[in-house]
Amino acid sequence: MKSVPISKTERKRRERLRINLWCWAFVSMTLIFYVAFQGWPILSSIYFSLLNWSGLTKDMKFVGLANYKELLGDQLFWNAFINSFKYMVLVVPLQLVFSLFLAYLLNNPKLKGSSIYRTIYFVPVVTTAAIVGIVMVFIWGVNGPLNQMLVSWGILQIPINFFGEGKTAMSSLVAVAVWKDCGIYMIYWLAALQSVPRTMYEAAMVDGAGRFRTFRSIVMPMILPTAGVISILCVISSLKVFDIVKTMTEGGPFYATDVIATYVYRMAFSSEMGMPRLGYASAAALLFGITIIIIGAVLNMVKKVLNQKRYN
Amino acid sequence: MNRGKLIYTVKTGITHLLLIVIGFFWVYPFLWMFSASFKTQEEFFRDKLSLIPGSFQFDNIIRIWTKANFNVYFVNTLVVTAGTTLLVLIMTSMSGYVLGRYQFFGKQALMAIFMASISIPLVSTIIPVYEVIKSMGLVGTKLGLILSGAGGAHVVFLLLFAGYYRQIPNELEEAAKIDGCGFFQTYFRVMMPLATPIASTVIIMESIWTWNAFMLPLVLTLNNPSSRTLAVGLYAFRGENTVDWTGIAAGGSISVIPIIALFILLQRYFVDGVAGAVKS
Repeated sequence: MKSVPISKTERKRRERLRINLWCWAFVSMTLIFYVAFQGWPILSSIYFSLLNWSGLTKDMKFVGLANYKELLGDQLFWNAFINSFKYMVLVVPLQLVFSLFLAYLLNNPKLKGSSIYRTIYFVPVVTTAAIVGIVMVFIWGVNGPLNQMLVSWGILQIPINFFGEGKTAMSSLVAVAVWKDCGIYMIYWLAALQSVPRTMYEAAMVDGAGRFRTFRSIVMPMILPTAGVISILCVISSLKVFDIVKTMTEGGPFYATDVIATYVYRMAFSSEMGMPRLGYASAAALLFGITIIIIGAVLNMVKKVLNQKRYN
Repeated sequence: MNRGKLIYTVKTGITHLLLIVIGFFWVYPFLWMFSASFKTQEEFFRDKLSLIPGSFQFDNIIRIWTKANFNVYFVNTLVVTAGTTLLVLIMTSMSGYVLGRYQFFGKQALMAIFMASISIPLVSTIIPVYEVIKSMGLVGTKLGLILSGAGGAHVVFLLLFAGYYRQIPNELEEAAKIDGCGFFQTYFRVMMPLATPIASTVIIMESIWTWNAFMLPLVLTLNNPSSRTLAVGLYAFRGENTVDWTGIAAGGSISVIPIIALFILLQRYFVDGVAGAVKS
């Protein structure tokens, strides 16, 4: 008789244990893949970055912080590092403003065919960046249709080698990137804009505010919190750029568009520089990864502070 | 009154004009690529702007498909995409289920670890990932591509599933229990089928993502061309045949048409998923 209350708590305890085991069983697959292809790689990156190692042989030598020391004096590394940020600074505002403009135009229930426009602007997002890059090389090329258009419309006197010249390569890259990804930010903005009640626009319009005024004083303050998230996403993803750079310019001409991802790829996997240097490349990749994480964290903090200010 | 209507019509007209002009620049590269796939080399260089090929011929597509191995690349991409998507679907659905509906020991820590991965760029992990696949003996194989492609936490999918499972009423679960369903049965028979909308979103997003992947397949198939995916295959083809632009266009068309078709058919799920991602 006495055993009844004990067995009840015991049963509860067992039930909780059973649930816990099941839960861990359910997450185990994600956890294994996470550890194998994200967690472990990060940790071993740290170890690799302390080695002098080609990756081709088992011959690795522990060199401490020598790779990092060498990186600090490596002009090509800093060139790639700065180019990554240059690219980000150019892409992010253009991308955000242009996609917001499109979203604002399309967020109008009276506009016929807005879903068709939305689909069209979104198509580049779902297509393979590498393929787009390869095809764009010709479209933007000296003999390509873009130059032919610009010359025949009288905008250009002679064709420009957009990707072949250091002066234009980066901005051409940015233009293609905006074209390619603008659709996704448009969808983000549309999601944000749809949270603003229709009646608020109409009230402002009735009060005689123009489209721009309505946007600035009614819509903008309301979508500001989401705007923070969208901007952070845009900054992070622009710093990760690889596919279109690799396929359009290979980082050239003369490293004018070389970003960290192409730099690391060249160091680690390409034979053009002689023996690959996995240890050195790991150090560069890690340094940049940490930079991105810090930027992400700082932006998140800024966003939080700004949000708090707004509510106070 | 009439004046107001006129102004409104003009304004709408201008908006449409603007949207159409932008739209033209958005689709032009694709139309150009599709039409170039059907042009002869000679026609291609004679008339670079035109979007309607004078002679509709399939030489480029046949050449690329058979001689440049795009038939192999196509099947590879299909297999890798299907395999990766299936793996990701199974693991995010199961994890999302318990993360959304249960409290268990270590849940907060687990979630924090997963979330931490969001801003880590692939370039920072690609070297060790290559080494992991190498140590499994899977470099240059489709299985290697599938496993490494499915790696990572897929935080967006986890959040989508967790959010969806969370709002399913408890009564359903109780009913399943009374019917004698265990933990796994409740999930497999009752909960998982209910989450079809999220599963569709995950399937289409992950398919597009994997189909378009470039850095990972590029690195993992450097030594084995027979496992290349379409994106890597076209990149390599251009490296070897810089003047065969109609061939490159044909290869590009083969690579993007399936994914554009998939997107247009199922875009609702995709757009919902993307919009949901930014809200959560």
